[in-house]
Amino acid sequence: MILIGERINGMFTDVKQAIAEKNEKVIQDLARRQTEAGAKYLDVNVGTAAADQEGTIKWLVETIQKTCSTGLCLDSQKPAVIAAGLSVMNTENGGILNSTPLNKKSDEDVLDKYLDMADSAGPGVGVITLTMDKNGVPQDTDTRVAIAAEIVQKAMERGFDPQRLYIDPIILPVKVPNAQSQPGNILNAIEQIKYLAEPSPHITMGLSNLSQGTNERSLINRVFLAMAISRGMDSAIVEVLDKQLMDVVATSEMLMDKQIYSDSFLKVYSTT
Amino acid sequence: MPIPELVQTHAGSVSRVTLGATKEQGGTRTHTVTIGGAASVVYGGLPEKAGDRPLIAMDVLDTRPDDWPESLSQSFDDVMDSPGKWAAKCVECGADLICLVFDGIHPDKGDKTAADAVAATREVLGAVGVPLILWGCENADKDNQVMPKVSEAAKGENCLIGIVEQDNYKAITAVALADGHNLITGAPLDINIGKQVNILVTDMGFPAERIVTYQSTGALGYGIEYAYSIGERQRLAALSGDKMMAMPAICNVGFEAWRAKEAKLADAPGWGDVAARGPMWEATTAICLLQAGADIIRLRHPKSVAIVKNFIDEIW
Repeated sequence: MILIGERINGMFTDVKQAIAEKNEKVIQDLARRQTEAGAKYLDVNVGTAAADQEGTIKWLVETIQKTCSTGLCLDSQKPAVIAAGLSVMNTENGGILNSTPLNKKSDEDVLDKYLDMADSAGPGVGVITLTMDKNGVPQDTDTRVAIAAEIVQKAMERGFDPQRLYIDPIILPVKVPNAQSQPGNILNAIEQIKYLAEPSPHITMGLSNLSQGTNERSLINRVFLAMAISRGMDSAIVEVLDKQLMDVVATSEMLMDKQIYSDSFLKVYSTT
Repeated sequence: MPIPELVQTHAGSVSRVTLGATKEQGGTRTHTVTIGGAASVVYGGLPEKAGDRPLIAMDVLDTRPDDWPESLSQSFDDVMDSPGKWAAKCVECGADLICLVFDGIHPDKGDKTAADAVAATREVLGAVGVPLILWGCENADKDNQVMPKVSEAAKGENCLIGIVEQDNYKAITAVALADGHNLITGAPLDINIGKQVNILVTDMGFPAERIVTYQSTGALGYGIEYAYSIGERQRLAALSGDKMMAMPAICNVGFEAWRAKEAKLADAPGWGDVAARGPMWEATTAICLLQAGADIIRLRHPKSVAIVKNFIDEIW
């Protein structure tokens, strides 16, 4: 399971404050703790913490890289912010660019821009692509799969290895009105997206979005994570510092025969 | 649309273990050997991902065996009272390693003392220059009593010592750690227990990269399919990045193959000449398990050693 630690995000108050105060220690501490907890990549998202997003993502990347060689997942909808982060990122550690839809009304070629940036960064850098296009986020299974198919085809046509693609079927908060059918639709989509290429693209999601505003955030995240792993999801942007959630990852992977059982399986689970 | 190039890549690989220590390294071996390192399925990937060549260890017992069929024992009849001479003869036959098996210390097979075992160890160390495997009698109490002394006698030689099991691992793991040896973790054809033993010994501080795993081997006709599928599954787990399944593997083919009646029964009309049949049984078992991913094969008969080495030469 390729786990991406979600905590270095300006939406969190401690990170927002650290960005405002240029407090390296808070960021480095989060980087180290998430790495130790099993994060293969660390998401880096300026969020709404700073007006100068390009300068801030550079500062975050440089600050993390001073203490930690974990791959970074540069998180922005703006290609210029990603490019700024990439300009100082050590791509030898691998990395992910997060994220782009298939296309946007305002930018038909946005996917190409992300793929171009990943290509120039090197073969160790992947791209998270959302099953979303200029018409917005699809509500059903079929449209999600159709958009994913277009993304995979586009990548393959330009020689971009599908194994560098992370398809994100976009999980929305379950609490939003009329959104309760979406988790089920996403599970069905995951199962079909797996078959779009051989070897298949990775499938990931920003899991915590699902439980936004609910009273049982960790429980909802954990249960859906287990369900999604059982359908073939092999990556997720999660709170890796949530021990119970990490135990669910280990147990789900063991039950899906991705990891060999041993009596101490929780202790030795390694995210690879 | 162009047809994509399909190359399966793996996150992990089998760890490498080096056995033996030369004079410069604090031992007395003439050379060292290295096993493991595979980063693909057996014979299934690029040659540079295949890892190190598998090795043959020949069994030398600390006592003259009384249950070996004549077709096997006749090769060593003149040297079976001297582990040193026996080992030297095995090296002449092409053994990459000597596996000194302390059968004679077993309470039911002679109940020899630790002093006897130490003497046998010293004799073999003096007689050959290849690295050694030191294999207990698989009686937990007696092994715990004797193997620490054996380990100490071979200190600095970077041997492979074992076996340790889920319910009896502490004593031998501790001495292997103290004396700088590599360790064999054993399990009874059970991959879950095999993984658990690896976790237990690494929890004691034993480095994972100095472990070789052993699953009770099944001979051709006697459960080889179980041994094969475990070997295969272990390799796939190693390739997927499971560090507790990434150790090289050793198989005890000689012992298991020569227990089969098909290998040893002389009076068996229609089964062919026993002189050829036994070694073929042993070699066929070995070749099958090599394809499951075995890194060290324990063998007994010079003829099967020649057949298996030839196979490895041809395919490696």
